[in-house]
Amino acid sequence: MENNILQIIYLLASVSFIIGLKMLSSPKTARQGNFLAAAGMGLAVIATIFLYQGHEGPLGNKIWIFLGIAIGSLLGTLSAKRVKMTAMPQMVSLFNGMGGACAAAISLIEFGHIDASSPTGMVFVVVAGLVIGSISFSGSIVAYAKLQEIMKSTKKLPAHNILTSGMLIGITGLTTWMTMGHIEPGTFYLLFGLSLAYGILFVIPIGGADMPVVISLLNSFTGVAAAFGGFLYDNQVMQTGGILVGSAGTLLTVLMCSAMNRSLTNVLFGAFGSGSSATAGAGGPKSEMNIKPTTASDVALIMHYAKKVIIVPGYGLAVAQAQHVIHEMETLLEANGVSVKYAIHPVAGRMPGHMNVLLAESNVAYDKLVEMEEINEEFAMADVVYVVGANDVVNPAARHDPSSPIFGMPILNVDKAKTVVVSKRSMAAGYAGIENELFGYPNCLMLFGDAKKTLTEVVSELKAL
Amino acid sequence: MEQAINFLSNHRDIIYILILSVIVGVEVIGKVPSALHTPLMSGANAIHGVVIIGAIIVMGQASPDNIPALIIGFLAVILGTLNVVGGFVVTDRMLEMFRKKK
Repeated sequence: MENNILQIIYLLASVSFIIGLKMLSSPKTARQGNFLAAAGMGLAVIATIFLYQGHEGPLGNKIWIFLGIAIGSLLGTLSAKRVKMTAMPQMVSLFNGMGGACAAAISLIEFGHIDASSPTGMVFVVVAGLVIGSISFSGSIVAYAKLQEIMKSTKKLPAHNILTSGMLIGITGLTTWMTMGHIEPGTFYLLFGLSLAYGILFVIPIGGADMPVVISLLNSFTGVAAAFGGFLYDNQVMQTGGILVGSAGTLLTVLMCSAMNRSLTNVLFGAFGSGSSATAGAGGPKSEMNIKPTTASDVALIMHYAKKVIIVPGYGLAVAQAQHVIHEMETLLEANGVSVKYAIHPVAGRMPGHMNVLLAESNVAYDKLVEMEEINEEFAMADVVYVVGANDVVNPAARHDPSSPIFGMPILNVDKAKTVVVSKRSMAAGYAGIENELFGYPNCLMLFGDAKKTLTEVVSELKAL
Repeated sequence: MEQAINFLSNHRDIIYILILSVIVGVEVIGKVPSALHTPLMSGANAIHGVVIIGAIIVMGQASPDNIPALIIGFLAVILGTLNVVGGFVVTDRMLEMFRKKK
């Protein structure tokens, strides 16, 4: 009886995940969708604790289970509530890593319950759960550390790709070997270590701009690891939840890649990492570019008398926490009859939609945020484009220079505007590690300094006008 | 050949779930505005926290004298809960930003 009730609850929870995910894909219903999925999850968890019937009867150690859930809920809620909006991507990565570690931990314990007489399928899901969970865990932690700037460099070992390919072959080989019935603890722990190391080496060489893609990919990995747990316990809610995230996450990863006009293999194994940054480092800043620095008061003046201003926010805006000041600037300009819009590149910030979240936080109206395809036609009519903390997504080289690493990436055509103001801390290259020829264009003015500081100056100049 | 057919037939429930879930996952994500990609990824992140159920089962079945299993199981429950609770709360915070406009 208990078991039948549990199965029905699992069914309801699975449906809540599917509908929740569907509702999450529209701005109007997103919040309820998230709540629905959370409710389904809560129900499934409570039902499991009280109704689950294993081979040895109901579950024991309930006190420890409740204590674990209490600690996890407290830590999870506190860290999720306290995290700054700008640090959101790495927070997601961290939580993802926790899920991966959880899957790996389950396999570590279940390994004690398998032996040579266990069914092949069971051995496989235990081993595969360990491998994928571990890769997802260590990879997510590295992604977190890189985004949090605890770990700064994008290191590549000599013959990195060969080394990681070799490890991958080793992991696949050992997994097959164990599945064939060779259940030795030594092999199992070797596989554990190898998977952890692979996760680290897999993420380390990937540049900051590509981190969202990696997080999304690791997210789908954890989904698959959860699904393996579902096969192990013949637990349908884990299966549907896991596979759902596995497939949705994979598609999301591909969508992010196509927004940058790059293939997934290109993101993971090549391009921006070694080649281009090496040339940028060796060549240094190009001296022939004619840079025109400007001041906050000049910028305030030209915007004050403009008809149409387009703001292009990038990750620099997020780092400087300047989203509130920029909204203040927008309000001042609008009060003066200037039309202000924000141009959002699909990969602006560190994740798709990152800029929308940030700007929404400072009460910028949703309809002022215009996506790339739409706004690109408007740049030619704009008097001033204010680029703040964005770089690679406005580099015209992507349109015409086949030798550029970002050639072919869709960009915001800011150079078509009458005047482009670029607010930037220095002439340093962006995440792709390449020069931006836009800065040398005749219609481009450089406003050097911290994004928030310069914006605050512009705002006070606007007030004085 | 016969083995393969038997295997598919014996595991058809799982295969149904596998195929249908993959299709549903792809369908659900297909037409999402890019502005919602981050909350969606975060929401999906919370959903794979369903692995917590595996942690609960493993913890609940660990015998009281198996100390390593109890410790790892306890950690697994904490980690899984972090994934679920943190994931949903963080998603809600992101979505809250979309709501309070104008």
